[in-house]
Amino acid sequence: MARAELMDFDEALELFEPVLGFEVHVELNTKTKMFCGCANEFGSGANTNTCPTCLGLPGGLPQVNKKAIESSIRLGLALGCEIAEHSRFARKNYFYPDTAKNFQTSQYDDPICHDGSITIELESGRLVTVEIERAHMEDDAGKLTHMGGATGRIQGADYSLVDYNRGGVPLVEIVTQMIEGAEHDAPEIGKTYVAAIREIAKALGVSNARMEEGNVRCDANVSLRVRGSNVLGTRTETKNVNSLRSVERAVRYEIQRQAAVLHAGGTITQETRHWHEDTGMTSAGRPKSDADDYRYFPEPDLLPMAPSREWVDELRLTLPEAPAARRKRLQAVWGFVNLEFQDVVNSDLLDAVEATVAAGASAQAARKWWTGEIARLANAAGVVADSLVTPVQLAALIELVEAGTLTDRLARQVLEGVIAGEGTPAEVVDSRGLAVVSDDGALIAAIDAALLGQPDVLAKIRDGKVQAAGAVIGAVMKAMRGQADAARVRELVLERAATIE
Amino acid sequence: MSEITAEQVAHLAYLARIDLSPLEITNLTHDLGQIVDSIAKVSEVATADTPATSHPMPLTNVFREDVVVPSLTVEQALSGAPDRAGDKFRVPAILDEE
Repeated sequence: MARAELMDFDEALELFEPVLGFEVHVELNTKTKMFCGCANEFGSGANTNTCPTCLGLPGGLPQVNKKAIESSIRLGLALGCEIAEHSRFARKNYFYPDTAKNFQTSQYDDPICHDGSITIELESGRLVTVEIERAHMEDDAGKLTHMGGATGRIQGADYSLVDYNRGGVPLVEIVTQMIEGAEHDAPEIGKTYVAAIREIAKALGVSNARMEEGNVRCDANVSLRVRGSNVLGTRTETKNVNSLRSVERAVRYEIQRQAAVLHAGGTITQETRHWHEDTGMTSAGRPKSDADDYRYFPEPDLLPMAPSREWVDELRLTLPEAPAARRKRLQAVWGFVNLEFQDVVNSDLLDAVEATVAAGASAQAARKWWTGEIARLANAAGVVADSLVTPVQLAALIELVEAGTLTDRLARQVLEGVIAGEGTPAEVVDSRGLAVVSDDGALIAAIDAALLGQPDVLAKIRDGKVQAAGAVIGAVMKAMRGQADAARVRELVLERAATIE
Repeated sequence: MSEITAEQVAHLAYLARIDLSPLEITNLTHDLGQIVDSIAKVSEVATADTPATSHPMPLTNVFREDVVVPSLTVEQALSGAPDRAGDKFRVPAILDEE
């Protein structure tokens, strides 16, 4: 594959205005396929979930999965779409070995959802409203493995193998209107938009929304318009962009590649391009010309759909709070600064922190444990953090710390016990004998009071000026009427200073 | 008369991967033209308030519950395949060498 000439991104933006469009496929997590009762599951043995209908054998007759329609309508509603009063399926005819029927059952002129929009927020705070043209239903293709040849890619392969387990799995394809005015934000808009769709699908529970398993896939359309012109440039459609980072990179790459071609006096071919994750480049696929001649016609084996307004209203009531609104609300309620909140969001721990707070813990303590010690242990074990402990267990642990029964150091040992399945935090404290001795309990109460009574000293200790602790130690010794070990007090003052809220 | 041309028939035959002789193309151009003309008569009686119909049955919303039913066995699924490799269908190279 020849390395294409690329123009510097900023230079490209000076000469051209990028125009974007995205097609995002969301794979639904129904139990069965779109038109037959074969299981919709990832990772089964090859060709174990097939039947005459999804293999396109003679006599196969499709039947629409009601749950898939319901999920599509809910997804459409969450994207602010109108739900069509009349909708039907159409055949999209083409020959490709991953499509056993020789057509894809899709929707053409009567999509189930149309005319929506979502507003996304970029890191700069810029708000961008992306208009949704339509969201339609279709069935997925099988999985191809290309064998032989030097690269394992379709180019140069000797033959290919097909597993039809995925063939017929329900998809919703969400198509945006043209996005203009993206400017330098174009790559970030791509990434943020796809992230927003993924987040919405996940919040609705209609998809597993795991990009690494292909549950959310993006095709990115990019064209460049010469500055000052009102003529749109020719667009390319980059397929196979299956991670958020790749969406960003692919958009940036196409802007730089097309700018170089146009600036050198060349022309852009309207074509599909393949994104290669390993090299960070796109390469030409088949030109769009005759492949676009799909001869759509209404699917004769399926009846039209007319979702009643009552059903649509019922489904509207099942929509969860919009993820973006929920994030804003939680950050405000919890009083987290942006960095703290992003840490929670990026670690996918929003649900865990929310549930821990609901179980009685303070938001700051919940955040600190989830993104700190628990995330560290999960990382070391190669599992996700919220699989290690439950929010209720963590809330109980935090309560023991705040009651002075445990120091942070002891709490970490209790946490290990809980993770090892030794019981609730209280049970682990008992069985391992980890509680702070009762004298320490009184001592810690006195230390906390002294620290909170001298916030300037507390700040100094936290800045690393440990000699400032002397003032607190003095106050504690006085409160304890001298009946405390000064070395132990000093140790505890430093420990509490690091954790007290 | 319809506007079906021999070029259109040849193009359709190519898209459908049907190998037609020149004589078959000539005949089909004539036949398809007649069919299109006959069907066009419908528009003479269908007024603007008649919605387009894609199905003869006056039914909508025929759905199936989302319940798994047994699939074919792998052997059954592959029994009609011209070629296989292990549990997968084997197909010829999809793209020519670039």
